[in-house]
Amino acid sequence: MNNSPYFLQPASVQSVMLRVLLALLPGIAVYAWFFGGAVLVQIVLASITALAAEAAMLKARGKPLMMFLGDGSALVTAWLIALTFPPIAPWWLTVIGVLAAIVIAKHLYGGLGQNPFNPAMVAFALMIVAYPSLMSQWSAAGFTDFAPQWNAIFGTRQLDALTMATPLDALRTALHTPEARATVAGVLGNDASFGNIGGKGWEWVAAGYFIGGLYLLQQRIITWHMPAAFLATLFVITGGFALYDPGRFAGPGFHLFTGGAMLGAFFIVTDPVSGCTTPRGKLIFAAGIALLTWIIRTFGAYPDGIAFAVLLMNIAAPLIDMYTQPPVFGHKGKKGGSA
Amino acid sequence: MLEALLVMALGAVVLGAALGYAAVRFRVEGDPLVEKIDAILPQTQCGQCGFPGCKPYATAIAKGEAEINQCPPGGEEGIHKLADLLGREFKPLSAEHGIEKPKSVAVIDEQACIGCTLCIQACPVDAIVGAAKQMHTIVAKQCTGCELCLPPCPVDCISMQPIGESVESWKWKYPVFKINPTQREAA
Amino acid sequence: MTALQRLFKFNGGVKPAYNKEASTGLPIAVAPTPTLLVIPLHQSIGGPPRPLVKAGERVLKGQRIGDADGNVSSAVHASTSGTVVAVEMRLMPHTSGLSAMCVVIEPDGRNEWIPRQPFDFRSASPAASRDFLRDAGVVGLGGAVFPSHLKLNAGKQGKLDVLVLNGAECEPFITCDDVLMRERPEEIIKGAVIMREMLSAGEVLIGIEDNKPAAIAAMEIAARAANRVAGANVYKVGSVPTRYPAGGAKQLIRVLTGIEVPHGERSTDYGVQCFNVGTAYAIHEAIELGQPLISRIVTVAGNVGQARNYEVLFGTPMKDLVALCAPLPDSDRLIMGGPMMGFRMPGDDVPVVKATNCVLVGSTALFPPPPPEMPCIRCGECAKACPADLQPFEMYWFSRAKIFGKAQEYNLFDCIECGCCAYVCPSRIPLVDYYRFAKSEIWAREVEKEAADVARDRYEFRLLREEREKQEKAAKLAAKTAAGREKAAAALAEAAKPAATPEEDAKKALIAAALERARTEKARVHPENTADLTPEQQAEVTAIEARRAEIREMAKPHLRPDD
Ligand code: SF4
Ligand code: SF4
Ligand code: SF4
Repeated sequence: MNNSPYFLQPASVQSVMLRVLLALLPGIAVYAWFFGGAVLVQIVLASITALAAEAAMLKARGKPLMMFLGDGSALVTAWLIALTFPPIAPWWLTVIGVLAAIVIAKHLYGGLGQNPFNPAMVAFALMIVAYPSLMSQWSAAGFTDFAPQWNAIFGTRQLDALTMATPLDALRTALHTPEARATVAGVLGNDASFGNIGGKGWEWVAAGYFIGGLYLLQQRIITWHMPAAFLATLFVITGGFALYDPGRFAGPGFHLFTGGAMLGAFFIVTDPVSGCTTPRGKLIFAAGIALLTWIIRTFGAYPDGIAFAVLLMNIAAPLIDMYTQPPVFGHKGKKGGSA
Repeated sequence: MLEALLVMALGAVVLGAALGYAAVRFRVEGDPLVEKIDAILPQTQCGQCGFPGCKPYATAIAKGEAEINQCPPGGEEGIHKLADLLGREFKPLSAEHGIEKPKSVAVIDEQACIGCTLCIQACPVDAIVGAAKQMHTIVAKQCTGCELCLPPCPVDCISMQPIGESVESWKWKYPVFKINPTQREAA
Repeated sequence: MTALQRLFKFNGGVKPAYNKEASTGLPIAVAPTPTLLVIPLHQSIGGPPRPLVKAGERVLKGQRIGDADGNVSSAVHASTSGTVVAVEMRLMPHTSGLSAMCVVIEPDGRNEWIPRQPFDFRSASPAASRDFLRDAGVVGLGGAVFPSHLKLNAGKQGKLDVLVLNGAECEPFITCDDVLMRERPEEIIKGAVIMREMLSAGEVLIGIEDNKPAAIAAMEIAARAANRVAGANVYKVGSVPTRYPAGGAKQLIRVLTGIEVPHGERSTDYGVQCFNVGTAYAIHEAIELGQPLISRIVTVAGNVGQARNYEVLFGTPMKDLVALCAPLPDSDRLIMGGPMMGFRMPGDDVPVVKATNCVLVGSTALFPPPPPEMPCIRCGECAKACPADLQPFEMYWFSRAKIFGKAQEYNLFDCIECGCCAYVCPSRIPLVDYYRFAKSEIWAREVEKEAADVARDRYEFRLLREEREKQEKAAKLAAKTAAGREKAAAALAEAAKPAATPEEDAKKALIAAALERARTEKARVHPENTADLTPEQQAEVTAIEARRAEIREMAKPHLRPDD
């Protein structure tokens, strides 16, 4: 028989994960509105793959199936993969990505709670290294015709009609090509597909994630530290550099509302398992990710840097946690810890 | 690309400083090996390992002249600790040196004791008090349970009594919860 | 005005369902004297008291039956008059299910007190007052049963800034302090007056959770009266926000004074000391009425028809007490204490002791078994809830992996086992069980290591001594004869040999046997049996017996009580 406490708060991993999924819904809705039903296809595809992989791995590892399968953590990973991969990525890309996340990044490291790296970001990093071009072909915002998208995912790809580089990618390519003599304003203002802030459609998607993030904050599933530190750091760096040379560096409005920034701030960076847990650690961790994201976005060869930034900071997380332990009751003012 | 270089250089400096700090903070003080081994041995001083006490056995292990599985009072746990310390393979306790017994203390039957002092001479930790022709008794707190006083006693009045668990010495058990035992077995 | 101006906050904490109303509806009742009282000797922190009575002896109510063993210990007393039927091992109210020495008393129903004399602590020295309280068996009644006399020491400065009375009582179900404060506030304040004088304390802050308005009102009236007598506003009632564990001593001190007392340090050194209101009441009874601690208020609640508070004699079997409250048929366990920190009892015939603030009747419906444990997802909920500002998941991780050193680095011993972390954990990990396990392992290892260190020192000293003796002997021999040189060499060689080889043992045994024979031959005055002795022999035997008793007494602190 168990020992005290005999009372437990009605909370469970499952309810936490379900609320995370719920919080993703507004962002998903906007995303699908702008980029078409392909988004939903990817989510379903990723979910099915993730559940199957999870079940297979649990069975192989002799873990109780129902208890873990129902916890919802695999679904969260799957959804994040579906949302960070291009909506018109071929089906096998998503499937391989999800398998990599669940089998390698999660279960080979010991399953729920044991993975040192964020599984969704492992999948993203792996796939973008292996298939850089496929991973950068985004469907054009506003082009929501379902049939060609379906074909792109499951059949023959006739890409030109419906793909388009993401704003981030377009900007980076333009700025990196010396002959083009492009400027930020030139690139962003040039193209009808770019909206006013983060690229057409993107800013609204970002707003959807922001609302979901507020819900997570309200539910106390995440604390303010990580999103605040992430967004603030990104804001300060991009703002600073945009002031320094607005021609070569895009400003905070663009960086905060494009790509995976908002999704990252509330849903990816905040993954509790692979991130930091102390309040100060969370600030450092998220700020570090923001800094690395910006560096990779600006100087790197990949369209978005969040995945690599997260993985790099994942490595540092245990160390950061160790050094940022809050002072224990009664030890305040003294040297922290007992070491 | 100047920015990139600067950023990377800054990163290198920061990481280097962190590593340097960690190196200072986690420096391990060197301890002579024999002392470390001796610290693991239970200090029962019973000689079952084939050496006249724990320290000689520790010395022998350090020199590589003895196996790590010869100390019955230390038990499996002691062998594990030695294996960890020395980076050697764990071996089960060697049977020729004895078996692991519950911790006991020697008790002298005071009515039968004839005061021969032989047990006093045998006790490695001077835990027996008494004088010639007077009744002897064992200071239980200092008795290591080595059993060396048993054979010399001419009237066999010393016996080993296992130390039972008391409310004060009771330990909380490792929390185990059965999760679906049939599926657990495969793990 | 007796209210407090300013309160502080502690981090963390939770708000479980309080379930307190059920037992506050009825006034305190006196539980009937049972047919048999089983009074454990060891009821407080510190050394187990030595029994002062033997089976067959008649005892009076309040008679000391166990004497404090040293200063860190506390006496125990007969709860009523009657006959000691046994001094033996009985099942303890402890999760282990182990037994310990108890004095079993059959009450005679006459309730005959020892002569009771108030103690004039004002003219006695502080040390004498403390000894009196130790011998009156007064210990902390909040559940920790720390001997009160040890805390009634003003320390180096000789005075204290704040004396905190703990009436917060944050554990769900428990209301014994609440009803005591409602019904006997004057006595509590009288106890506080005594403590304040003994400690030369400045203020007395009485912390009560704001979900006990009746208790707060009653205490405020009593405090006002005391303030009038004192001529100053020194007794203040603070209504503290209801949040578990506001009644933890350290948490309450923090809330009322802003002072944080670190683990392992004496709060006296921070100018503050904290006592439970029940303890204040007991001190009043001991000093002003001369009544040692023989009973306390116990809440009986949980899966019962009528929860209520009883004044219970120590030694009353819990089943007799619970029977007064009509336990429901599906009850399957008794818990001593509350649902957050209480301990499951090994049976229902264990006695009520000084630590028993509540007997909680449990059932599977009331306290359902926890759902299966999931892996920790490092969500940090536990850290947010921890009132000691710890990182529970890190401590859990290392305790689970049995890496105790690391667990200690994460301040495992600062954990007050309040259970907040386990309460909020979404993975339903029995975190506190892991801490209890790790703590007791670490303690056991500590004890083992100390014993090993002592053994090592003693062994090394013995080797040194033997070496010296052998050298001395060898030197003497060498001086005596030329031939002695060889012997000296032999003796030296022997010194290098192990202490006891079988041949040597055999030889020694032979010598001893021979000696023995010779001795018995010569005198025949030391027969093994002690039949028909001459008066001189009798005298000698008596002397030996006395010596034996002496040695046994010397050895006693090192023996377990059952030896
Ligand atoms: S067997 Fe006895 S003497 Fe040898 S190391 Fe173990 S305890 Fe010490
Ligand atoms: S509350 Fe439970 S799951 Fe969350 S970090 Fe703490 S131990 Fe882990
Ligand atoms: S039981 Fe210990 S670790 Fe858990 S909340 Fe309480 S003090 Fe913190």
